[in-house]
Amino acid sequence: MTFIPKPKIRHPDLPLNELGLTRRDYEGSLSTLCAGCGHDSITAAITEACWGISIRPENLAKLSGIGCSSKTTAYFVNGGHGFNSVHGRMPSIAAGANAANRDLYYIGISGDGDSLSIGLGQFCHAIRRNLNMLYIIENNGVYGLTKGQFSASADLGTKAKKGEVNQQPPIDPVLLAMNLGAGFVARSFSGDKQQLVPLIQAGLNYPGFALIDVLSPCVTFNDHEGSTKSYAYTREHYEPIVEADFVPLRQEIRTDYAAGESMAVMLHDGNQVVLRKLAEDYDPTDSHRAYDYVQQHITRGEYLTGLLHCRSTAETEFHALSRTPSQPLNQIPYSQLHPGSAGLARLLARYR
Amino acid sequence: MASTDTSHPDYFHKVVDCQWACPAHTDVPEYIRLIAQGRFTDAYLVNRRSNVFPGILGRVCDRPCEPACRRGRVEEKPVAICRLKRVAADHKESYRDRLPAVPAIKNGKKIACIGAGCASLTVANDLMPLGYEVTIFEQFAVAGGLMRTNIPSFRLPGSVLDEEIGTIVDMGVDLRLGYRIDSMRRLLDEGGFDAIFVGSGAPKGKELNLPGRADASANVHIGIAWLESIAFDHVQSIGTNVLIIGVGNTAMDCCRSSLRLGAKSVKVMARKPRQFFKASEWELEDAEAESVEIVVNRSPKSFVLEDGRLRGMLFDVVEYDFDATGRITAERIVAEEFFPADDVILAIGQENAFPWIERDLGIEFDRWDVPTVDAVTFQSTRSGVFFGGDAAFGPKNIIWSVEHGHQAAISIHLHCQGGDLSARMSPGVNLQSRKMGMHEWSYANDYNVAERRLVPHVSLKERFKNIDIEVELGFTAEQAAAEVQRCLNCDVQTIFETKLCIECDACIDICPVDCLTMTADGEDADLRARLKAPAKNVTQALYVSDPLKFTGRVMVKDEDVCVHCGLCAERCPTAAWDMQKSWVQWPHAIDQRSGGAV
Repeated sequence: MTFIPKPKIRHPDLPLNELGLTRRDYEGSLSTLCAGCGHDSITAAITEACWGISIRPENLAKLSGIGCSSKTTAYFVNGGHGFNSVHGRMPSIAAGANAANRDLYYIGISGDGDSLSIGLGQFCHAIRRNLNMLYIIENNGVYGLTKGQFSASADLGTKAKKGEVNQQPPIDPVLLAMNLGAGFVARSFSGDKQQLVPLIQAGLNYPGFALIDVLSPCVTFNDHEGSTKSYAYTREHYEPIVEADFVPLRQEIRTDYAAGESMAVMLHDGNQVVLRKLAEDYDPTDSHRAYDYVQQHITRGEYLTGLLHCRSTAETEFHALSRTPSQPLNQIPYSQLHPGSAGLARLLARYR
Repeated sequence: MASTDTSHPDYFHKVVDCQWACPAHTDVPEYIRLIAQGRFTDAYLVNRRSNVFPGILGRVCDRPCEPACRRGRVEEKPVAICRLKRVAADHKESYRDRLPAVPAIKNGKKIACIGAGCASLTVANDLMPLGYEVTIFEQFAVAGGLMRTNIPSFRLPGSVLDEEIGTIVDMGVDLRLGYRIDSMRRLLDEGGFDAIFVGSGAPKGKELNLPGRADASANVHIGIAWLESIAFDHVQSIGTNVLIIGVGNTAMDCCRSSLRLGAKSVKVMARKPRQFFKASEWELEDAEAESVEIVVNRSPKSFVLEDGRLRGMLFDVVEYDFDATGRITAERIVAEEFFPADDVILAIGQENAFPWIERDLGIEFDRWDVPTVDAVTFQSTRSGVFFGGDAAFGPKNIIWSVEHGHQAAISIHLHCQGGDLSARMSPGVNLQSRKMGMHEWSYANDYNVAERRLVPHVSLKERFKNIDIEVELGFTAEQAAAEVQRCLNCDVQTIFETKLCIECDACIDICPVDCLTMTADGEDADLRARLKAPAKNVTQALYVSDPLKFTGRVMVKDEDVCVHCGLCAERCPTAAWDMQKSWVQWPHAIDQRSGGAV
């Protein structure tokens, strides 16, 4: 971390987005994470992504649980709404908030401990419900906040800082999400903003549950030789397989996507995600084949990255299935929201 | 592109914009830090090493450092560098025992300096500690040259001049006051000097030959000569209505002096619009604060006399057309206008003049009658005769003259020791880490949002009572304490150690001014377009690393708006970034002595 706040001055020629804001206007408070933490890079990527697609800060809800990762919601988009929940319970809070106000962008920040250990059940059910949110797992393979014990995502054979070897198999959030039917499943690396920023933009606009598992090295407890989630190991073993670009409605698709190797996935409001395969035999729209492909590479010790699986799931999105009103609850007149005592009596009578 | 060669001393020197802009390479951030610590004498000596006259320059320097100051690129106003220099001079304690000692046994070489101005005094300052016997010939009864005669005492009090000139003269300089050199030939033949330095300035004011000039001569004055007459008490009054022709810094001194000699209405007449004025912005402001009116687009046409007495001047009213870059493309006279005047002061420029140098001595003059002087060695076409200050290349300013003096002193030393004048020491740069602990640096690295302080002035009511009342009072202690914190410490350099970098992006994410980018290598123009924030100032170099070990990308830093907050180094988990103070070593004659490194 740093001990002096980032000065408020900025580069005089910083570009402005459609709202007339600079990237600096999307920053948050001073990070108290270790210097060099991957999470801070993800924070910077989120800042850049929100600025890039001109999200109004007040239209963003930031949710998190407990852990190093979960602290980071304080470090971006100060103007957004925030809720720091009980350990592993962020998906429940997200479900409640999303049910009440469907108009906001929801971004949940979690870690491998928060999502794959204590909050695994919550994580799975958020996917099943197809909650309209972007769920980012800042995955470093250790419990950093309690000094570096193996987490549930630690790879077999990886070494802890003091040399002990992990003997339990990992839970892979990407495979799990595909298995549970998620329509937007991505993996990325904190050190690759070129890949990560468009993924975040696409995920925020995806109508349904979008997962990005971001490998985010723990510079203090998991950046040594023998670790499979260090900066060095990740740089050597990560392999981009699908490049994704978020293309907002107003913008034309750039011509440098050669036909055949790229495919567009339409999102419900005219925005689209353009995928560009980097391997010929890979089909990111077919969840079964994608699952097999990713698993094979994991067995070989390789991290495939990019938007690994993407198909439209708008019809099973939480609000679509629940047939909720199209407006957020705070825009519906109180008289409509509240049945009144007579109405309540009628309702109860149906159960007598 | 090739990784940046930071071993070249110019690289880090250039990052310290103020020091790079200063002709004498004053280590500005260093002395500002010393002022912040209350070490005024140390701050004064840092100044003195480079610019010799901190008390004088802290009042009247042309301050090329301030337009260059980086603070002016990230917010509106630069640091008040010049007035902080005065703070050091005003509060210093005795320092003479800390200057280089002057040997009692001389080296047998005699040097003559002509004119006791800033250039000659600098030559004496540099050569006395080396054992030279320096004689300065001055036509007037006081030393100081144009600093004394042309800068009014309400801007530069005589006591300040006396003290700083005294320090040099007291080194044992043979100062011959009231001694005018009339013949270079005689000086060369009979003087017995091993080298001669001509620092006689540019004492000839330009004339304006218009109808009526000759008849009106009693009330038309040449600016610099008139200022000189005031300095020597030969002139004590002026008419009620005064017109100043010209709008340079001399014009500003003339109009403000007029007000103090009894003028009620003073107008400065400019031929062109304000953006073409030669006067410094702050001198214009000071004059206008004293109700001097500056009239633009008036070109002088004739002097108007009535009954043999000056009544005023006739001007052409000029209109200009400009192109997109602001250059004048056409001008036309649209009217004629009369301005009444009792006195007119001409301040349209000055020249160097050498009627006393015979033209057959091997000292060449060009077709404008300007001596041919080497821009590096300051030697004329005759070996052993050197020029410096305004005498060398025409009117500049004090700080340039000082640097000319430094360079000429090196040449004179080499000349007298039988060395090659081009065998000058190269500048060098030393770097020293400012890291004290995990997040501790031995400089104040947090960005201070304070705005530029304004120097308090004597009230408008009081200041005209006497021409000797210094208008500027200098910063108060509180103001100085606030102003020093505005310095961005540009001399505390960001140093990148490529092999330590793990490419975690931490530095890039924390940089408040988006200076840093990790990207694929490319040529300069290509790289500039791909940075996190555009690098439009091509005069500031990009700092490009070797290829990084994991991805082969390069770390690129755009030095242009870096505020040296050190957050990149604080955030770096592997200390690949470090903050290191750069000491630019700009050699003077005394360094040349040993022949080794500075």
